[in-house]
Amino acid sequence: MFKYVKQLTSLVAMVAVLFAFTTETMAAKKSKTLKNTQKKGFVRCGVSQGLPGFSNADAAGNWTGVDVDVCRAVAAAVLGDANKVKFTPLSAKERFTALTSGEIDILSRNTTWTLSRDADIGLTFVGVNFYDGQGFMVRKDSGITSTSQFKNGISACTNIGTTTELNMRDFFNSKGISYTPVAFEKADEVVAAYDAGRCDTYTTDKSGLAAQRTKMSNPDDHIVLPETISKEPLGPVVRQGDAVWEDIVRWSLNTMIEAEEYGITAANADSMKTSENPQIKRLVGAEGEMGAAFGLDNEWNLRIIKQVGNYGESYKRNIADTGILPDRGPNQLWTKGGILYVPPSR
Amino acid sequence: MKLKKILPQFFTLLFILLIFGFFTMNAQENMDTRGIEFGFGFLKQEASFDIQFSLIDYDGSMSYARAYLVGLLNTLLVSFIGIILCTLLGAVIGVARLSPNYLIRKTASFYIEFFRNIPLLLQIFFWYFAALRALPMPEDAPLLFGSSFMTIKGFYTPAPIWNNFDVFMISLVLAMIVIYFFNKFAQKKQEEEGKQYPKFLISLGIFVLLPALTFIVGGVDLTWSFPVLKQLALTSFTYEGGLGIPPELIALTLALTLYTATFIAENVRAGIQGIGKGQKEAAASIGLTPSQVLKLVIMPQALRIIIPPTTNQYLNLTKNSSLAAAIAYPDLVLVFAGTAMMQTGRAIEIVGITMATYLTISLTISLFMNWYNKRIAIQEK
Repeated sequence: MFKYVKQLTSLVAMVAVLFAFTTETMAAKKSKTLKNTQKKGFVRCGVSQGLPGFSNADAAGNWTGVDVDVCRAVAAAVLGDANKVKFTPLSAKERFTALTSGEIDILSRNTTWTLSRDADIGLTFVGVNFYDGQGFMVRKDSGITSTSQFKNGISACTNIGTTTELNMRDFFNSKGISYTPVAFEKADEVVAAYDAGRCDTYTTDKSGLAAQRTKMSNPDDHIVLPETISKEPLGPVVRQGDAVWEDIVRWSLNTMIEAEEYGITAANADSMKTSENPQIKRLVGAEGEMGAAFGLDNEWNLRIIKQVGNYGESYKRNIADTGILPDRGPNQLWTKGGILYVPPSR
Repeated sequence: MKLKKILPQFFTLLFILLIFGFFTMNAQENMDTRGIEFGFGFLKQEASFDIQFSLIDYDGSMSYARAYLVGLLNTLLVSFIGIILCTLLGAVIGVARLSPNYLIRKTASFYIEFFRNIPLLLQIFFWYFAALRALPMPEDAPLLFGSSFMTIKGFYTPAPIWNNFDVFMISLVLAMIVIYFFNKFAQKKQEEEGKQYPKFLISLGIFVLLPALTFIVGGVDLTWSFPVLKQLALTSFTYEGGLGIPPELIALTLALTLYTATFIAENVRAGIQGIGKGQKEAAASIGLTPSQVLKLVIMPQALRIIIPPTTNQYLNLTKNSSLAAAIAYPDLVLVFAGTAMMQTGRAIEIVGITMATYLTISLTISLFMNWYNKRIAIQEK
């Protein structure tokens, strides 16, 4: 009897999502994702709906940003061309469903790595490409310079479906401040409402605050408060169940970071093939069999560096030079006082 | 012969079952591969997110089930207000559309053509963002009706604080029961003896006097809490105390009402026009006043034409209220199919529950309207 009840409930629920799982029918065997990607000829990448510095499309529809570069790196590695990426803009709410249902193969969308997301919902986080933390933005003329000046009755604009909503509650509860959360589905509406004066403060990841500030009608009227209320390690995510694909994405990101560590850039990558250092040679495909385990050729990592550049170049191009966060802070190499440290490619 | 009839039905049923079976197996298989479990146990977990606006007690330490209830009540609230307002507005505009006065008639048709031809989502954005920006900041807001403030952060108005509210409510229900029986009695008297009572005045009297009595003898007491301006920072203010209605609710109600009222107005117009001219002339010829003609002859017949399509509009309004998510009104979709779905990752369960909920609401409205429609239908004797 119990068996039938269970089957019946699942049947009813399945009807609700008739189409969600149709794109990929059978269980993933030895990197089905890789095979599919090579057959299709492009990498399917989920990005944000527009966050300058991370994933943002210009008027011509060209995507740029550090999150975008992760997908480009994977495309360079598995397809040989960093431009062969199909970007799908997703809201915070849609992103995980899009990934688990197989609509996209990589989610590179300023997504915080947390235990429950990693363990619960069929996702696997492959690394961190930006160390962030949640902060608050306020209007400069409010005279607020620290979160300790927040008072009961403050209203805070934010996005739904993010860790932000939870951190905000933890923060205000721990300070004993009563607040009004105003949560929107899309970031653009959050900015518009905060800009109009609906909220006293706007809270999200600090990188997001810095990026969204550039979209305000008058960016100089707003400041980001110094306090950071949470740890937000942002990184690319893949579906659970395809270990090889997971490794490809993880090591594409690692290659970019390690390339910076060894001073390999897009410009000098070819000449590094004759380097004395075996570690450098391995990173440009001149030594060892570094691609075979993924089912890739030996120069997959060289292509990443040549076409996308190392992590430092990507950061400079997308985040520093655009004035969003010129100071790399924790997102500096471990050798230069930051916390970027990746396992060696060998 | 019989087989010929049954066989196609049998195959159709089989086909449908196979399709459902395929999708179920497919989903189950994919969920197994990705380590996603199916179950409703998550509803008991702590929600750990706060909601802006709630009709019942809620904070983040309560369960997802409670958050669902908050979202559901908010959806019902905006649908309920929207349905009442759009019915009133629609009826007025519909009658105005047939007015002999050129200006009134044209204004009504302009209103209808304008509002029903712009996508609803755009209208919601307009009322929220364009109209919101035009509202004053709390510190600059002018005093309305001597006690309320309309600001960018919402509408702040005095909140009633009741003593023995339940006694007051009971007296209201009691008053309604008395009015019901009085009207039945008055009708009977009129039919049997031709004696007419001022029904409306007496009903109103009962409705006001009975609850008023509870203030004197029932220990009911009412005081008001007024909104008071509070400074949060140098240039940042809000109101404390009183009742704060969020601008999201106001914008959403306004957009839903103005949009749906256009369709209802057209239904009302069609209903009135559907009644033969002879009815009106005959009623006038026996000496009924124009308002009596409308109330006693035209409307009872017109309602039969108006009700069925208007039911559709009520359903549309309720379903359209899910667009609330765009402007941060915490309805069922934003709270449950939004935040809760994201925090738990239970997409299938939550989408299923949400769909079932909307289906239930819609069917309930539909059932009620069908019942009403039957009640007013021509009683064949």
